[in-house]
Amino acid sequence: MTDLLTVRDVEKSFGELQVLRGISFDVPAGSVTAVIGPSGSGKTTMLRTLNALDRADTGVITIGDLTVDFSGEVDRATLTRFRLQSGMVFQNHNLFPHMTVLQNIIEGPVVVQKRPREEAVADARRLLDQVGLAEKADQYPFQLSGGQQQRVGIARALALKPKLMLFDEPTSALDPELVGDVLRVIKDLASDGWTMVVVTHEIRFAQHVADQVLFLDGGVVVESGPPQRVLTEPAEARTRQFLDRILNPI
Amino acid sequence: MLQATVTTTLPLTAISFVLGLVLALFVALARISPIRPLSLAARGYISVIRGTPLLVQLFIVFYALPQLNIVIDPFPAAVIAFSLNVGGYAAEVIRAAILSIPKGQWEAAQTIGMGYATTLRRIILPQAARTAVPPLSNTLISLVKDTSLASTILVTELLRVAQLAAAPTFDFFALYGVAAVYYWVICFVLSFGQIRLETRLERYVAK
Repeated sequence: MTDLLTVRDVEKSFGELQVLRGISFDVPAGSVTAVIGPSGSGKTTMLRTLNALDRADTGVITIGDLTVDFSGEVDRATLTRFRLQSGMVFQNHNLFPHMTVLQNIIEGPVVVQKRPREEAVADARRLLDQVGLAEKADQYPFQLSGGQQQRVGIARALALKPKLMLFDEPTSALDPELVGDVLRVIKDLASDGWTMVVVTHEIRFAQHVADQVLFLDGGVVVESGPPQRVLTEPAEARTRQFLDRILNPI
Repeated sequence: MLQATVTTTLPLTAISFVLGLVLALFVALARISPIRPLSLAARGYISVIRGTPLLVQLFIVFYALPQLNIVIDPFPAAVIAFSLNVGGYAAEVIRAAILSIPKGQWEAAQTIGMGYATTLRRIILPQAARTAVPPLSNTLISLVKDTSLASTILVTELLRVAQLAAAPTFDFFALYGVAAVYYWVICFVLSFGQIRLETRLERYVAK
């Protein structure tokens, strides 16, 4: 299978603190990559560089047919194109509170992509149906539960028809009973053939849905491979230690 | 007096407030900007406007500028002075309102491909308005009453008309009393408008 996403030698520092110390990996088209690691390992920053929310200091990222070398200057048009290659789902959904669910979803397609409004609305209703929220179209985000808000966030990202979906700990801010709904939606996307990178603490989810697991620590990919191997018989001591702490917290 | 209110005091207030708000938005953005000369200039402007009396600002525009061969009629001179004044005060209000919007909103807009201006217009300012309306209403209500200072630069607004009428008759109590009532009625109506606007902007907030 061809790679939809390739990441080469990405480095990122915030002031003195180097958060990413040369990250490289590939994501084949139609596959799901789960990124795990302790807090401060750089996994969220890594995900954000894939969308240029945090711009990599150096390194080359290719999504689909667009390759951007972040070592040099990147002009604004390229940056916008690069951003629209992927859809981002945030830990805290970041829905626009002053817009209804439907307006949230059509905002990007209509305002940024200049698609006809009726078409965008029809698309948005289809997406809402897909995430199980068809009847919530005209509600404001504050009227929804955390899990519903997160699913609207997913629909909003999908509406731009990106090639790649990025999830930043999509269930970490949710009540435990709402986690399942969101994970089910992500799992459905996986079976629909979406290429996804998911930063997560849900090891069981990674085990069942991911095709590849990356374990990050200290700003590098310590270990990567199929979940059966990385999660059950990790080669690295740090991976073992981390999994042990997550799976047996007490 | 009613005539002066309708033809001078109200337009003077409205024009100055609108121009002042537009100016304030740009000053606020400059003040937040990472470009240092811009933010320094904005700070300097705000400091001068807030640090000097409005009456002095009016006098400078109307009486001092002619020394530099810049002669401005009373009404436009008042508009300039009041707009600049509102610009300084409202800039701080707008700055605070913009900064009260979580960073995640900027980021979400960025991920759906929006640039700075679109994000500001579609995402940030509509939300910032909720925070800004109460303090901006204060600014507007102050401005209504401050327009009476324009009487000192020969603008025939409400107070000036009352003065002119009172001078020959010595009926100060009645005439200034009526002028006061006029100001109060305007402000009363504006306060009412403020409440309606706030209710409208609250519709997307959890009660």
